[in-house]
Amino acid sequence: MTESGKAENKKLTRRRLLKKIGIAGVSGAVATSGAALAAQVTEDGVDEFSDSLASLFQTHYRRMSPEEVEATIARLQRKTKRKYGKNISIDTTPPLPNVLLGYALNISKCKGYRKCVDACVEENNQGRDTQIQYIRVLEMERGSMNLEESNHYYDPETVPQKGKFYMPVQCMQCENPPCVRACPVKATWKETDGVVVIDYDWCIGCRYCMTACPYWARHFNWNEPELPPEELNPVTHYLGNRPRSKGVMEKCMFCIQRTRKGKQPACMEACPTGARVFGNLLDPESEIRYILENKTVFRLKEDLGTEPKFWYYTD
Amino acid sequence: MKATFSFWLDFIHEAFRGGRIFYAWMTLLTALVVSGIYAYTFQYQEGLIVSGMSDQVSWGVYIANFTFLVGVAAAAVMLVIPSYIFRDKMIQEVVLLAEGLAVAACIMCILFVTVDLGRPERIWHMIPFLGEFNFPQSLLAWDVFVLTGYLFLSLSIPYYILFVRYKGGQPKHNVYFPGVLISIFWAISIHTVTAFLLSSNVARPFWHTAILGPRFLASAFSAGPAFFLLTLKFIRSYTDFPVPPKVFQRIAIIATVALQINLFLLFVEIFTEFYHQTDHTASALYLFFGIGEKTALVPWIWSAIAMNVAAVLILSIESLRNNNRLLSIACLLMVVGVWIEKGMGLIIPGFIPTPLGEVFEYTPTLIEVAVSAGIWAIGLMIYTLLAKATIAIELGKVKYRASSQT
Repeated sequence: MTESGKAENKKLTRRRLLKKIGIAGVSGAVATSGAALAAQVTEDGVDEFSDSLASLFQTHYRRMSPEEVEATIARLQRKTKRKYGKNISIDTTPPLPNVLLGYALNISKCKGYRKCVDACVEENNQGRDTQIQYIRVLEMERGSMNLEESNHYYDPETVPQKGKFYMPVQCMQCENPPCVRACPVKATWKETDGVVVIDYDWCIGCRYCMTACPYWARHFNWNEPELPPEELNPVTHYLGNRPRSKGVMEKCMFCIQRTRKGKQPACMEACPTGARVFGNLLDPESEIRYILENKTVFRLKEDLGTEPKFWYYTD
Repeated sequence: MKATFSFWLDFIHEAFRGGRIFYAWMTLLTALVVSGIYAYTFQYQEGLIVSGMSDQVSWGVYIANFTFLVGVAAAAVMLVIPSYIFRDKMIQEVVLLAEGLAVAACIMCILFVTVDLGRPERIWHMIPFLGEFNFPQSLLAWDVFVLTGYLFLSLSIPYYILFVRYKGGQPKHNVYFPGVLISIFWAISIHTVTAFLLSSNVARPFWHTAILGPRFLASAFSAGPAFFLLTLKFIRSYTDFPVPPKVFQRIAIIATVALQINLFLLFVEIFTEFYHQTDHTASALYLFFGIGEKTALVPWIWSAIAMNVAAVLILSIESLRNNNRLLSIACLLMVVGVWIEKGMGLIIPGFIPTPLGEVFEYTPTLIEVAVSAGIWAIGLMIYTLLAKATIAIELGKVKYRASSQT
């Protein structure tokens, strides 16, 4: 929870900003009709009813004007405050120019400690009750790449086991993502930095993308995700780790709330064996480019033509 | 304008008027609808966690029923072809009822997809221009498009014919024929699109086969007419509507040929999967034999195959097919058999094992069963009401002049 400290500093300015945007954000008609019926006005000065009405008619993130984005963020912050009693920041930093993000994982270094999985859950505000994990570490039989013989539920306390190797699998941020094509409402798309993101407020929860994904990387909130307020990471991105609600999809988005600010993804930072290398594929000086050019690399299910931007390599 | 108004009034009046059996039937259906709505409120409140679905098996009975009913919806076209194109008088008598069944099936399809949504209140996101309709990339968008289109066609053609008859006229061939032609291609498209919805997924080798489309057509053209035939038997017993005995034979032959083809395609698929097993055989292995101790679908699929084989044997032998009771039994076997094979037997194994090789089973919960039963009840209710009013108009019991005098 190193992030929360930094967030505390931001809290005051956030608060002021919040008040400023306040009611003005909610569109006129909705606000008045809401106010007429409103029963409860909460401490932030906006009644819950007009907020939920505005949520219902909220437009697609990519169709929003800058003002609408601001108003929506203010509303989402109020919602989180009501639920968790905590102020969060919701960043909208766009993809950095000339950046195409990729990941390389040294499969001979990975020992299956699952520290990446834990760090990911802490960072990305997955519901603790829903138990969604973006990274699945598979315990594989040496001598085989057959996923069907892998163990998904091994004990990370007793690794590494003899005769096994460990293969973490997460969203591959495919260049040709089948999930994006599957979505009937364009709630998921590929950003210019190559990351596949979801507008959680636009997703209708049909789960067709989940069916389309060959990596089992997309996860559904079968119930309302809950997490202890003290574990809520308040530094969030609109298309990243902001709190989700039930009935929508979510997935790994390369920690865009961190990586668009020049930081490493949480899983890479947490890896005790240094098996993970994250970087810009367009930068010829980057470590990931060195690996792709000099190591023996492979991609999972490359034959499916989805062009994953996640490589495995060996020393 | 006045005629239209009076048509609707008479239509609704006829639809809801009936004897003791009618009211008993409607009461039963209403009870099922109420229990379905009650079950759905839990699902809406708590989320889809109340279903047996999981990240591993993310579609269940809802989508299974949907794929089956798409077939029933399109089956009407098998009767439309002989009726309107070849002017087969006999089939013409019942074709409007078949279209009524298509309407009911379409509505059930739409409901099954809707209850499967995590955020049903956001369904407006699919409306073109208002929302973001991912057409033509998403096959789900295609499916929504072809299903609503088919619903519109199945409503408008019979509406025209019934309305003209109601006014005492003769429906003009030139008016409805283009619509009929479109609806024939459209019906084939709703199958094909639904098959593509599954077979387009490279992530799911079990579905990723070109034979899925043809199998969809074959199974639909067997179970759909069989289901319709059963309802016709019911109609003949409980209404004055004269269904010529030969109609049953005609529909039975359609269903028989389709089922024969369906079984052949199933055999082709089994051969290809098992002659040389690959990693991609795992789903078929799970379906037909189970993997380790995970064998939930095995008894289902084998009983489905047994039912279909029994049905095809009865129906292929003329003397057996001509036996009224055996014909009904064969149709029932076929409907249930195809419902299992094309529903649970097709959707669930697509998810087992998961793309990461996990074998995780699915069992529907009571809530899913209650919601599904509720949707079926809504569909049967719609079919009953449409059929009743249609029959009354076709028999000439209600006419425009008669109603305007009273």
